[in-house]
Amino acid sequence: MTYRDALRQALSDCMTADSNVVLIGEEVGRYGGAYGVTKGLIDEFGAERVIDTPISEPSIVGAAVGAAMSGLRPVAELMYVDFIGMTMDQLANQAAKIRYMFGGQIGVPMILRTQGGTGRSAGAQHSQSLEAYVMHTPGLRLVMPATVSDAYHLLRQSLAQPDPVVFIEHKALYSTSGELDDQVPVAPWGKAHVARQGNDLVIVTYSRQLHYAISAAKTLVKDGIEATIIDLRTLNPLDIDTIRMHVERCGHAMVVSEGVMTAGVAAELAARISEECFDFLENPVIRIAGEDIPISVSPLLETNSVPTPGLIVDAARMMLS
Amino acid sequence: METKTNSQLAAYYAMMRRIRTFEERVGELFVRGQSAGSMLHLSIGEEAAAVGVGSSMRDGDTFTTHHRGHGVFLARGADPRLMMAEIAGKETGYCSGKGGSMHIADMKLGHLGANAIVGGGIPTVVGAGLAARHKKSDSVSVAFFGDGATGQGILYESMNMTALWQLPVLFVCINNQYGMGTRIDNATAVTDIHKRAAPFGLKGASVDGTEVESVAEIAGEMLTDARAGKPGFLVIDCYRFFGHARMDKSPYRDETEEAEGRLRDPIIKARQKLISRGEIGGDSLDEIDQQIAAEMDATIDFAANAREPQLESIFEDVYDPTTPPPEAVRDRLARILGQTQ
Repeated sequence: MTYRDALRQALSDCMTADSNVVLIGEEVGRYGGAYGVTKGLIDEFGAERVIDTPISEPSIVGAAVGAAMSGLRPVAELMYVDFIGMTMDQLANQAAKIRYMFGGQIGVPMILRTQGGTGRSAGAQHSQSLEAYVMHTPGLRLVMPATVSDAYHLLRQSLAQPDPVVFIEHKALYSTSGELDDQVPVAPWGKAHVARQGNDLVIVTYSRQLHYAISAAKTLVKDGIEATIIDLRTLNPLDIDTIRMHVERCGHAMVVSEGVMTAGVAAELAARISEECFDFLENPVIRIAGEDIPISVSPLLETNSVPTPGLIVDAARMMLS
Repeated sequence: METKTNSQLAAYYAMMRRIRTFEERVGELFVRGQSAGSMLHLSIGEEAAAVGVGSSMRDGDTFTTHHRGHGVFLARGADPRLMMAEIAGKETGYCSGKGGSMHIADMKLGHLGANAIVGGGIPTVVGAGLAARHKKSDSVSVAFFGDGATGQGILYESMNMTALWQLPVLFVCINNQYGMGTRIDNATAVTDIHKRAAPFGLKGASVDGTEVESVAEIAGEMLTDARAGKPGFLVIDCYRFFGHARMDKSPYRDETEEAEGRLRDPIIKARQKLISRGEIGGDSLDEIDQQIAAEMDATIDFAANAREPQLESIFEDVYDPTTPPPEAVRDRLARILGQTQ
């Protein structure tokens, strides 16, 4: 099964189980989703529950907020995370703050599904990793699945959350295949998954960079370096306990993220690890993140704008030499 | 408030008087330094809009308001004591002191929230309309906003979606002629705002916002239409008697304009009409005014004496209470540095 199929399966299963789950967004219905995730769902559940919209991102998110406050379980789709700036008022000022501003009277149980990242020569406005914008906003949950199994289980778990969830898929993962045990997630909601165990170095990562980290770890074995790899799965909630446990054991920590480095998710993770594990660290916590530049269309430039397995390998060797 | 007459206009009058007196007391609360919020936007002069539409809505209908929304909420049945307590930032208030004047809400009365972002509450009613359609309920959701919001793109997105999906929604633009200090004719080339409805496929109408009966009549018709899946866009023309917020002395408009604007007083007009029609006497209206004044006076003491929020509540309601709250900086310091200060 592919990552794309797993997402569709999760949506279908949730819609079957709960008639209040509705999809709303550009091209989610007849077109089947820009990346094919919602293909066929309009035939299965009808146009009343799989709602094609005009190109109006702010009101798509705003309508999802109002629907969630009125008893529906909306899953809004933002075609590219790059468009999140269009929706930021509805997301950050409305969805994220309504429970708090209104003294806990009501929550906003909606999901904003979107996708980001490089890998398709899509250019500077369709290739970004903007999860830091979301993580910087209290009140929003943030989910970034890396695997087929997590694509399914995290989406189902997100649909059971009482608070707004931003669910960011990776465009380069849609066609990846994997095993799906639809009964058992690799970890409960909010817990990181230890994807690989080693004693020399902890690599903390999420989304597509998990696969780059695994690839790098295989190379590093030849150097005698055994890495532990932590796939965060959710950035809010953030499972700092799992990170701390492994960093204290290994003494070396690297954070790998596709988002740009400055003031990004990697910066936050590095700061947390430095504070929480200071006495156990033998090196500074190293950030391997997107370069502080826009993304190019040129595949050569695009590939080198974000971390690569080779960069992770080089960084690990430098740290442990 | 019980009026001693069956007159519908007298009931409108009483509610308009309640709103005005409440807002005058809000001003006093501010002057006395007991208002927590520095952001207080009064709707004095706009009461017929709130009452004309609010009185025509039904139980079960929902609504959002803008930052100048005290009147609409009162017209939909809000308890002025709990409103004043919220404006004062007290635990007893509608939103436990966290929302204040601009973020007041009450799910029991269908108030999906006042909004401090111009136009921010407009798409909320699109979602509420979708939910009403999905659940086959006959409720309508109403977005109240000012003429300032007609400069925001999200209004037109929401109008388009509402018309496209024929949702049970009514857009109500309370045109008080000013977006903060910018007069409407300095913000748009076409000041007949209601003409923007038709191109989207919405029924558009404008009404004199100093005549509460006219507002109620057209609002009633448009709510009935919206309930039947024919959404509309109603513009209510009125005049904002005072500045944008409490500190604003309106240097951008002259005294003649203000004096003329304040003659367009929906409460005085209703009063004159009641007396000339013989529906109720001036003495009885004075009595109503006095009762309301006493009730609203009491809201100030109620708010002043209301409980302050507990400091512990600061981390509550960021997320659902079944999940752990964010960690306080002091707690994190103590954990990391291994000492308490």
